[in-house]
Amino acid sequence: MPSRTCSHSPSGFGKSLPEQGLLLLVVLVLLEGSVLPLGAASSPDVSHQDDSHNHKVADHGVNATKKVFPVLDVDYHHIQTPFEISLWVLLASLMKLGFHLIPRLSSIVPESCLLIVVGLLVGGLIKLAGEQVPPVLDSRLFFLCLLPPIILDAGYFLPIRPFMENVGTILMFAVVGTVWNAFFVGGLLYAVCQIQPANPSSLHSIELLHCLLFGSIISAVDPVAVLAVFEEIHINELLHILVFGESLLNDAVTVVLYHLFVEYAGVGTVTVMDGFLGVISFLVVALGGVLVGAIYGILAAFTSRFTSHTRVIEPLFVFVYSYMAYLSAEMFHLSGIMALIACGAVMRPYVEANISHKSHTTIKYFLKMWSSVSETLIFIFLGVATVDGPHSWNWTFVTVTVILCLVARVIGVVGLTYIINKFRIVKLTTKDQFIVAYGGLRGAIAFSLGFLLDQNQFAHRKMFLTAIITVIFFTVFVQGMTIKPLVELLAVKKKQEAKRSINEEIHTQFLDHLLTGIEDICGHYGHHHWKDKLNRFNKKYVKKCLIAGERSKEPQLIAFYHKMEMKQAIELVESGGGVKLPSAVPSTVSMQNIQPKKPPPAKAAERALPQLPKGREEEIRKILRSNLQRTRQRLRSYNRHTLVADPYEDGFSDLLIKKQKMIELEKKIKEMNNYLTVPAAPPDSPTMCRARLASGRDTDFKPAQQQKGNKICPDPQAYSMKPVSDSVPVIQVDLASPQSPDSVNVMDEFRRANQEEDQGLMMKPPQGSSGSNKPGEADTTRDQQRLMRCLSDPGPSADEDEDEPFLP
Amino acid sequence: MGVSLSLIHIVGICFFSVSVEQIKNLHKRFEQLSGNEETISRENLENIPALANNPIRRQIIGAFFDKRNQHQNEVGSFEEIGFEQFLMVMSHFRPPTLKTTEEERETMRKEKLRFLFNMHDTDNDGTITLEEYRKAVEELLSKSGAIGQEAAKAIADAAMLEVASTNVPHMAPDDFYEGITFEHFEQILKGLKKESRLGDQPLEGVVLVKECLCCCCF
Repeated sequence: MPSRTCSHSPSGFGKSLPEQGLLLLVVLVLLEGSVLPLGAASSPDVSHQDDSHNHKVADHGVNATKKVFPVLDVDYHHIQTPFEISLWVLLASLMKLGFHLIPRLSSIVPESCLLIVVGLLVGGLIKLAGEQVPPVLDSRLFFLCLLPPIILDAGYFLPIRPFMENVGTILMFAVVGTVWNAFFVGGLLYAVCQIQPANPSSLHSIELLHCLLFGSIISAVDPVAVLAVFEEIHINELLHILVFGESLLNDAVTVVLYHLFVEYAGVGTVTVMDGFLGVISFLVVALGGVLVGAIYGILAAFTSRFTSHTRVIEPLFVFVYSYMAYLSAEMFHLSGIMALIACGAVMRPYVEANISHKSHTTIKYFLKMWSSVSETLIFIFLGVATVDGPHSWNWTFVTVTVILCLVARVIGVVGLTYIINKFRIVKLTTKDQFIVAYGGLRGAIAFSLGFLLDQNQFAHRKMFLTAIITVIFFTVFVQGMTIKPLVELLAVKKKQEAKRSINEEIHTQFLDHLLTGIEDICGHYGHHHWKDKLNRFNKKYVKKCLIAGERSKEPQLIAFYHKMEMKQAIELVESGGGVKLPSAVPSTVSMQNIQPKKPPPAKAAERALPQLPKGREEEIRKILRSNLQRTRQRLRSYNRHTLVADPYEDGFSDLLIKKQKMIELEKKIKEMNNYLTVPAAPPDSPTMCRARLASGRDTDFKPAQQQKGNKICPDPQAYSMKPVSDSVPVIQVDLASPQSPDSVNVMDEFRRANQEEDQGLMMKPPQGSSGSNKPGEADTTRDQQRLMRCLSDPGPSADEDEDEPFLP
Repeated sequence: MGVSLSLIHIVGICFFSVSVEQIKNLHKRFEQLSGNEETISRENLENIPALANNPIRRQIIGAFFDKRNQHQNEVGSFEEIGFEQFLMVMSHFRPPTLKTTEEERETMRKEKLRFLFNMHDTDNDGTITLEEYRKAVEELLSKSGAIGQEAAKAIADAAMLEVASTNVPHMAPDDFYEGITFEHFEQILKGLKKESRLGDQPLEGVVLVKECLCCCCF
């Protein structure tokens, strides 16, 4: 998305040819010396080489103008803009690559700092080359191309639950905190400018409104900077969502304050009426942004309902709708950031239910890729712009600004927490407050807003920009670098790297319902009551409209269970294993261990009974397995709109099919145990033979015809049993345990079946014969137990629709 | 009733650290539910219209009539409960205040967990067996029709397997995991507690009841 739109706005890349050469060289140097990616030592050489290089390029240009038919033509301008963009992106990516090659460096200094340093170096080199530094961090480029991917990434993967649970606190910090910061910094700054008698400079001439404008620009916590730093320190979820949520939601406040002050800075006065309008405007901007985002989000969800036939473009809808939401919101000067957040958060649950797993992975990767490249570019550009910028350094102004920013933040957080804690159940401790205050980093948004100011209207623009950059550098470098040691020093709770377990999910749901129930009993319509109402509405109407097919009816818990299963299946394939199906933790515990062992050991005669069907089960299972295998082998021809199955997918769908087969099996085996019917496969079928061989129990196996003849016996199972197997206790046949050879066989079976040519579906549904058969053992508990033993996983029953997207 | 109410005031103030006002509110609600009777019966609770849609309604109501939740080492269930018992059950949901010490917090958390555990452990044998767990999940999914019922068993099995494998990582094929004991229960819910969700964590905070106690004003 950014790159495409970048090409429409070439404003930011007005660089000339020689610079290009220089940049190329820088990149090359960096490539070679990735051990020392800063490349600072080699900078003098670079400029020398650069000159010669330039000459060469120039010569080429002259030669090309001859009238002879140009065998080789150089037309750099033709490709200049996209080429430069690619170069910048390449530089950014290489830098990112480079930092991670030096493990020690990245553990001390946050990446954002390093990137700024790189930007400074690149800017310095360009300046050394005597060229004009391009206005890289142009506001249009920043707001239209670089910012949206980062925000969309944040919005799409926003942890909704903690966000909603803390939304009051976040809003308090974002709205009240930011307004407070703006006025405190702006007001006091103005006061300082006035009382400075020794300073005859232009500080006296600064107006109050200009100061307030400056305050509003500088006061907003920046999501990009916060993300960059907080991702590295792994702080606990609560603090992360507080700071990060604040940085997202304060966008509306910043937008309104900015426009308000820019509007009235010319006039010079603000009436109460204007203030009132500002408040209304804030509501419009914030709610409007959310509304626009939600509308596009719902549209995206609705569109994704119909994409089941063109899976490849599914991810595109997510990106395009979100970008359009952002642009639409910006068009009305609504909060684009809030629109993006709302759009991502609204569409996600529905889109995820609709799209295929691959598309989901694609979305995830693209978002992460774009956002990390954007982030890298932003920090590099910040460095370049620093070198470039027309600076006007004023000690008083800059120092006072930095101090006021810190003071305002601390006072704001402490004061607001005091109020908020009265309403919170989990209070924010002093440590938490400190981290929230300290995590208030400023970043490129502030710079871009400052950059947007009109030089004619604001005589102090240069000074403002310098001060903004100083504050950004101070927060990113000083605070960003010290926050990690501080977090460790204060022993702030870190994030638990825990997988969400199915038990937790069950109990979360259980608690939700419990709390709703208790509220109902108390007769108090609180938080949980309304949440429950909303959930029910969502389930009843919204999901039906936005989610295609059966999945709309899937309750959350089941959806979670399926997702977990899927994840385990994927992990299994990726690890190349396949011996064992889901059990969350690698251990020897299997289904059999938790099954109540109903049959008491005393009943020896009865115990022997399940023994025989076991052998049979095994065979039947193999037959079923190899037959079901065929369903998959259709997709082999190339299609532009679908992806050709790759080995990875083969493994993956293997697992899914295996799962499905397990379900089938469950039914089949049940039938078999009860009625003793064996589906008769053609005697000459290779699978059959193999199955027979593999099972090693040929003697046990009887074709269906024979079985039918047998059915007069009251309990045929007992009679056809081999004498030897009598002595074998039930439990010893350990199909479920991961180490058992049988489960290994399952995979072998798959592989072999793969190699055979497609024979189509050969499954013989035994329903017809089973109906006529007379019921044998109906002991359900034992039946169940046996069944469970055969399945090394707790066979999912409602798995069918899960499979569907993967078998295009 | 007047006499017992004043006694409850004292109990409430000392034991539950709730104000007289809150207890009055709860009492009002109690009277409303019972139809001005001394005691409340299962039917009274079942008739609450808002509760009709709750999938775990049976368990919630069951918890109110469970003698184990009365802290008197009794087992079994009441036919009817008075206000005192009602308040006792409600007390499980009180939030920790700023004044509660770390120890008190811990005991409170244990109590809450025990309350939850008792809801699952229907036969009071100290373990949540697979059967009981399946039942609980089935109940949880009871509002989602046929799919829910089919999946419930699988989910419960997977969950049980997870508990077994986290708590007893190495089991011989012949071993048998009887069920979730209270210790294991604590273990699995640890993540839930630590994940400081909700400006109020479900177990530690259980906000709502603060709200319930404070704002039972109709």
